[in-house]
Amino acid sequence: MIPAAFEYVRADSADAALAALAEHGDDAKLLAGGMSLIPLMKLRLATPTVLVDVARLTDLSYVRDAGDHVAIGALTRHRDLETSALLAEACPALRGVAAEVGDNQVRHRGTLGGSVAHGDPASDLPAALLALDATFVVRGPGGERTVAAEHFFQGFLETALAPDELLTEIRVPKATGGWNYQKFNRRAQDWAIVGALVVNNGSTRVALVNMAGTPLRARSVEEALAGGASVADAAALAAEGTDAPADLNASPEYREHLARVLVRRALEAAGA
Amino acid sequence: MQVSTTVNGVAQSHDVEPRTLLVQYLREACGLTGTKVGCDTSSCGACTVLLDGESVKSCTMFAVQADGGAVTTIEGLAPSDTELHPVQQAFHEKHGLQCGFCTPGMVMAAVSFLEENPNPTEREVRLGLEGNLCRCTGYHNIVQAVLEAAGKMGGGR
Repeated sequence: MIPAAFEYVRADSADAALAALAEHGDDAKLLAGGMSLIPLMKLRLATPTVLVDVARLTDLSYVRDAGDHVAIGALTRHRDLETSALLAEACPALRGVAAEVGDNQVRHRGTLGGSVAHGDPASDLPAALLALDATFVVRGPGGERTVAAEHFFQGFLETALAPDELLTEIRVPKATGGWNYQKFNRRAQDWAIVGALVVNNGSTRVALVNMAGTPLRARSVEEALAGGASVADAAALAAEGTDAPADLNASPEYREHLARVLVRRALEAAGA
Repeated sequence: MQVSTTVNGVAQSHDVEPRTLLVQYLREACGLTGTKVGCDTSSCGACTVLLDGESVKSCTMFAVQADGGAVTTIEGLAPSDTELHPVQQAFHEKHGLQCGFCTPGMVMAAVSFLEENPNPTEREVRLGLEGNLCRCTGYHNIVQAVLEAAGKMGGGR
């Protein structure tokens, strides 16, 4: 399958990328690792006329200790998260979820910022960043702004990013408590049919993958646990507030069942 | 646009459209047809090559993204005409193939995996090759071959 023709622009700096976006407007798309965008282009579900390649902005590839949080450059690859000693220590849940993305080949190319900006509710990392209360640093023509993860994911493949903005950094509060990620799929490297992440960091946070048009926090489960409910009783509430999609893999009802089962397993494994 | 790469140690430069996939560049511009197109949707791994030493799916990359990089395909693995790479040799000895279509991708994925994990367990081999599908379902011998290669290459339990 061959994508529709496009003009290719390789950005050598964040400023150059922003200038290209300003010039080409809605017709342009940023290309990072391309692990989500290229398949969409091959299926011609996406037909950008200009691709602005930001993958070589190596100054946006880093994992840094920033005191109370870990600062991660938007172009940091999943592989670099998976092998980061700092992340293993300061935020093991994010390291662990990154290691579950796709397969080795995908993790060699795909980037954290790309996954976030794509905003796919079936992706692992957006849900993880929601559970971890991450903040996103965004640069646009008017300068820099920050957006909390809970306000970032707005709909299916829709985020708070404007077409002329570039995600530059992901800030993840340190979280060293127990965690567990349950990813249910049929083929090893596939997207999750449903995923459930539990992170214990003072309170217990629960995030769901592929249970609505955006990644979701399972607030009912979190509130029940905070109120002293048992794991079994809390997990029974996992489908509340969800809007599970129907597709080849599963009906909404089956997804709701999976959410309850996977949240219970994740809570038990995380020692919630 | 002009895309210059080093493929199996040989400099290549070809004028291609930006939408040219890396696998097309390798097969059609460079004439290296060892790399296969299987699913064409980045699921099966038949198109796996190494870019700067790391496995990538060449059906899900534009050639322009590899500009300036070093690509290794199945044709570039063997050290000479009479000698196989240890992973190729192990696939031969352990009969890690049936129809052979997934084999180039399997071998390239295994080479990259063993670079990152020279001393894997069987489970790690299976996880490390999760991006590669064998339609003959000949996984058992493929895993045995990768474990054998790990031993021969100096890792190995």
